Amino acid sequence: MSTQRGSPVVDKEKKYDRQLRLWGDHGQAALEGSAVCLINAGALGTEILKNLCLPGVGAFTIVDGKKVTGEDVGNNFFLEKSSLGMSRGQAAMELLTEMNSDVKGDFIEESADQILETNPQFFKTFSIVIATELQERTLLDLDKLLWENNIPLLVCRSYGMLVYMRLVIQEHTVIESHPDNAFEDLRLDRPFPGLIKFANSLDLDHMSKQEHMHTPYLILLYKFLEKWKSEHQSQIPKNYKEKTAFKNLLRSGVLKNEEGVPLLEENFDEAVAATNSALVPTSIPSSVQEIFNDSCCTNLTSQSSNFWILAHAVKQFTENEGAGALPLRGSIPDMTADSERYIRLQNVYLDQAQQDYASVLGYVQQTLTSLGKPSDSIPEQDVKMFCRNASFLKLVRCRSLSDEYCSDKAKVSDIGMHLENPDSEMAVYVLLRAIDRFHSQYNRFPGDYDNEREADVHKLTSCVSNVIHEWGLHSTVKEELVQEMCRYGAAELHSVAAFLGGCAAQEVIKVITKQFVPVNNTFIYNAVTGASATFQL
Amino acid sequence: MEDSGSTDWPGRWKHIRRLLERSGPFAHPDFEGSPEILEFMLNNCKVLVIGAGGLGCEILKGLALSGFRNIDVIDMDTVDLSNLNRQFLFRMKDISRDKATVAAEFVNNRVPGCNVIPHFKKIQDYDPSFYRQFHIIICGLDSVIARRWMNGMVLSLLNYEDGVLDPSSIIPMIDGGTEGFKGNARVILPGMTACIDCTLDLFPPQVNFPMCTIAHTPRLPEHCIEYVKVFLWPQEKPFGENVGIDGDDPRHIQWIFEKAQDRADQFNIKGVTYRLTQGVVKRIIPAVASTNAVISAQCVTEAFKLASSCCNPLNNYMVFNDTDGLYTYTYEAEKKEDCPACSQVPQALSFKKDAVLQDLVDHLKNSASLQMREPGITATVNGKNKTLYMQSVEAIRKRTKENLPKRLSELGLTDGQELVVADVTTPNAVIFKLKYEV
Repeated sequence: MSTQRGSPVVDKEKKYDRQLRLWGDHGQAALEGSAVCLINAGALGTEILKNLCLPGVGAFTIVDGKKVTGEDVGNNFFLEKSSLGMSRGQAAMELLTEMNSDVKGDFIEESADQILETNPQFFKTFSIVIATELQERTLLDLDKLLWENNIPLLVCRSYGMLVYMRLVIQEHTVIESHPDNAFEDLRLDRPFPGLIKFANSLDLDHMSKQEHMHTPYLILLYKFLEKWKSEHQSQIPKNYKEKTAFKNLLRSGVLKNEEGVPLLEENFDEAVAATNSALVPTSIPSSVQEIFNDSCCTNLTSQSSNFWILAHAVKQFTENEGAGALPLRGSIPDMTADSERYIRLQNVYLDQAQQDYASVLGYVQQTLTSLGKPSDSIPEQDVKMFCRNASFLKLVRCRSLSDEYCSDKAKVSDIGMHLENPDSEMAVYVLLRAIDRFHSQYNRFPGDYDNEREADVHKLTSCVSNVIHEWGLHSTVKEELVQEMCRYGAAELHSVAAFLGGCAAQEVIKVITKQFVPVNNTFIYNAVTGASATFQL
Repeated sequence: MEDSGSTDWPGRWKHIRRLLERSGPFAHPDFEGSPEILEFMLNNCKVLVIGAGGLGCEILKGLALSGFRNIDVIDMDTVDLSNLNRQFLFRMKDISRDKATVAAEFVNNRVPGCNVIPHFKKIQDYDPSFYRQFHIIICGLDSVIARRWMNGMVLSLLNYEDGVLDPSSIIPMIDGGTEGFKGNARVILPGMTACIDCTLDLFPPQVNFPMCTIAHTPRLPEHCIEYVKVFLWPQEKPFGENVGIDGDDPRHIQWIFEKAQDRADQFNIKGVTYRLTQGVVKRIIPAVASTNAVISAQCVTEAFKLASSCCNPLNNYMVFNDTDGLYTYTYEAEKKEDCPACSQVPQALSFKKDAVLQDLVDHLKNSASLQMREPGITATVNGKNKTLYMQSVEAIRKRTKENLPKRLSELGLTDGQELVVADVTTPNAVIFKLKYEV
């Protein structure tokens, strides 16, 4: 394919530029190689797909046995008045694919129930299945099928002013979690040979004023820590008092003019500002330690995924060369410095990171061989990326819906604990469960008819009690919330659906790209207050 | 009630009517569900959307499907290829057309009866009489200056009688903003709740690399790109005399990229790429459909609540982040007692006796609560109106820059003197009272 300006390749890079800066070309490739299934093209479903079509998901298929009604067109941007009476899946598919010619769209004019009965294999071909507007029984059947086949399921629901989302995924491992506030990996508490050598090659007492003012603050911290340690039985400052004393020691190193007034040395200011974070002892974050202790990491098999093989190798590194520390990340923050010494310092860190990586690579190759795999079956690039992100590894394991819904496996004590707070969003979860029960009893939603609203409040209240009692709990939910639910009568407000449409699409992108951290496992949002909560159910 | 208007069909508004025609425990105490509310929204309520970009497209769609029909949208921008990953009302064929018109056409075609009126204009092109006609204003902007200007505009529409705010002069302003996977939405009741300027400290100051770093001690690839932009471009004039950098011209970016690479090589700096070059030159903020959808949706929900009172509005600020799981945080931003924009409290500026005009200008720019960009300062001295300094008009800047090193007293400014300061961050000049410190 040609790569001249205006050609598809260049256009794609330009078209997706703003998101490529978030998940990179490899994230984009994963997205373009994926196929998602949406069950039911209501307002919520099409809003989710919209936010997947725009960034260029590979393909989607809509499963929907319904015909377009007047109320569907009223709250759905991807249905038109002229689609009234048509297959809802087809009509939505056409208007969704019209947005982005890179995306392949398809539809099946059957309900999820029918497919589960006649062709359950169908669902196994997708990267993820998004379920909307499903009844409890269908949902549990779908959950069982997908769980057994290790296919992620995202359940979404928009109800009046309330929003519910549940991710069901057996195991999801993340190397690139892109934390917002990543701490630096500087190792000042346990300097490595390259850093010691470089720092010792610089002599603060014999350099020009210019050089002094442009000595990177990492070097200042190192040198003054050495000084401190020599006066404090080789210990680094630990408590507030010692850290304050250390900062004063640092300040005493600032050059003075003839009158004895300290000069303005920005690098010293930076050193003082960075003292607290730099003195946090190097350690393995607890979430990474948990990954190391996981049986998937300790008992590798030929079925183990690359993530676990890599985690195993890094673990071996920490127990040997690393002496309790992860491979060095190899990057340093920007700081006041001259170009030459900054770049040399940067290379000092890079060199050590490279050495650590080489050790990890050795363990990876050993492990692969012992598992009977080619020793190069994990690309070196991947090993490097894993080492660089070793502090940020994430493991997400969600429970299945069948566990959540089974009364002896439900997280009853957690639910009870949350319900003790009358304002907890857990009440919304309970009400949605009660509404499902209402629907299975009366085959309609509470508040569907104006003249039965009051009666429905009583019926729904008793459904709530039943749900809670089956858990063996004695909690209650606010009566106002029951009334409000009956007011909604399963109304789907476009803007509330659109809110979840954005959230859900982002969770799908996280699952597909294996970047960022998906929600574990239930998300509730209340559009009246703007409050949200995440529960592990 | 029958659905109103000839364009409606049975069931069209079924979903929102549940909320609008039924009272509920979470509605405003004065709310009484009734079909008249939808009638008001469909026929009378006028909403203004500022911006037809990532947020604006979503907001227009949301309003049109929430029972709003009389919608105006202002945008001064045209469609670019890089918009298409999220601004879903635009297609390839629309590139270079004006966003407001394309967006309005699309929504009006898709949603029968909806009347979006486009304005291919700057917000500054309109005066109070234009803004006064709306019931609600929603901002989907990416510029702090424009936000502050709109904030100043809605504040200037307030009527105070004997110091008491006339509630009918309040036009609620809903403001959304996104960056990558982060966003925020807020509701402002001008004169009553925190305004944009009350919470200026929420906007991080623009990161500028120090000139000496760029010129002498580059360390990052960004420093090398800035060097080419700031020093080499005006020196070498690669595309001719008086040709400024056009971030959308690939030849310009390519030239900067190659020169930045040379400079990086010279200092052994790694990591200058074409993408980074473009990002630095255009100050690109990453953006994705999902975050824009979330924030715009909340803005529309707030408009729906405000127009109908069917639920209480957000009180008053929501933060959203979905990098690690999903996180929202809601809190009540507080109105600042002495906010320069909304407080009605005369603003005092104290300076030492020997302060010079430059000190005053620096203060107006750097003070966390003022953060002006190009303040123009005038005062009445000896009965005459005198421009002390103005940056925005080149001829006046040249004429008045000699005042900068002069002492305030030398310029004839006395204790208690009123200074009138104009700036791009506000539609109306701010009046300060000068005080000399004793």
